[in-house]
Amino acid sequence: MQPTHRSNRILLPAQTWFVYLTLVIALTLSYIPTGRLPGVPDWVAVVLAFWCVREPMRVGMGTAFVFGILVDIGHGAAMGQFALAYVVLAYLATSVSRRVLWFPVLQQALHVLPMLLLTQGIMVVVRLVGGGEFPGWWYFLSSFSGALLWLPLSVLLLLPQYRPVDRDENRPI
Amino acid sequence: MTMSLAGHQAPPIFKRGPTPLARLLVFVAVCLVMLVVDLRFRYLEIVRQALSVVTHPLQLVAAAPADFIRNATVYFATLVDVQLENAELRRAQVQAAQRLLRFEQLERENHELRRLLAMAQTTAVHSVAAEILYDAPDPFARKVILDKGVRHGVTAGLAVVDARGMIGQVTRVYPVQSEVTLLTDKEQAVHVKVARNGVRGILVGSAGNRMEMRFVGTDADIRVGDRLVTSGLDGIFLAGLPVAQVISVDSEGEAFHKVFAETVAQVERTVQVLVLGPEAPRAPRPDPATELKEGEGRAPSTGRGG
Repeated sequence: MQPTHRSNRILLPAQTWFVYLTLVIALTLSYIPTGRLPGVPDWVAVVLAFWCVREPMRVGMGTAFVFGILVDIGHGAAMGQFALAYVVLAYLATSVSRRVLWFPVLQQALHVLPMLLLTQGIMVVVRLVGGGEFPGWWYFLSSFSGALLWLPLSVLLLLPQYRPVDRDENRPI
Repeated sequence: MTMSLAGHQAPPIFKRGPTPLARLLVFVAVCLVMLVVDLRFRYLEIVRQALSVVTHPLQLVAAAPADFIRNATVYFATLVDVQLENAELRRAQVQAAQRLLRFEQLERENHELRRLLAMAQTTAVHSVAAEILYDAPDPFARKVILDKGVRHGVTAGLAVVDARGMIGQVTRVYPVQSEVTLLTDKEQAVHVKVARNGVRGILVGSAGNRMEMRFVGTDADIRVGDRLVTSGLDGIFLAGLPVAQVISVDSEGEAFHKVFAETVAQVERTVQVLVLGPEAPRAPRPDPATELKEGEGRAPSTGRGG
């Protein structure tokens, strides 16, 4: 696979354990108690969308469902709230993955933004129907910070795949 | 079919189960069922408890930075601040001590009088001191997380009070933490009575930091400034905990007063709290049929007095 489809560089294949490790790290980050601070990105959603775009054959709605349930439990949210939103996010991200990777990273982030907004929109609708209270428009700020996060993530999460194919005795990694 | 790598249409021999759209619909249906079962019937608490075994270690790791910041503010508090606070606490303690002396005597007296009148004894109070760690991450509800859980004797349903009055109710317990729904939450209701004359009603969280007292008939005597305390009739809270103060009463041609109240406790700002509940589990509700047969002519006892 290439960094983007326009690139000539061929990357190493992604390791399955690394994909799940990053998802678990994102899950841990999402558990950091930040209270009502607006604009804290939804780490799991962004990392999930990233792997759904990069590796649609491995990460999809099943993974989204499992991690959604784990976020639901950790946040004390309604069971299925995050799961529902993430499943829809995974569906959209996998279905646009072939298109998105033709764009440079900034425009990829612009593709991801509406998906993240929809994810949050689904959760708002679900909870308002369930008798919750509207959290205010600042709530949607986290989609924007999440989309910004796409830029560093698309370097960080691909780092292991940038390694050269042949091993060098004098190089640590 | 659309789920293939860039530009390659997957040939039929590599077909991988149902189409993405079909799988999406299945997952969405499962999620919707879970949501209804959880929000409407609260059946999934056991599943939540079981799976929280998986998430708990990660939560501990994630809480470390927050703990560090909270502790750091304590380390860097100045000596002057601490001395001022200490003086304030000493003054408060002296005031509390003399009231406590009278309280012990009154409690003994109350006990004796109740025995003479053959009334049900007031239950002993079970209390756990706790600290509010942080706001719960769920932005759709007003909840906070306490640093005490099942291991410290906290159970779901207990009242949570600060020095001035009630702030909320424990709604979910974890091994070493618990979740408290604040009184200002839309879904949180308390059965209260007016301390002055015992007019009863149900207090529900409302927009802003206010609460609305519902089902107070227009003939009831209720005024601005009245103190509202828990009635104890719900069988969950102890009777007589201060809850709120009436700030407006409006009765324009309705069957019920429109009563708004403000909490007496500093619901959104307090840190040190007490989890309060009756010591013994409450007696099961009497069956109305047997009640009629056994105690004809007698007024049914409420089980717990004020």
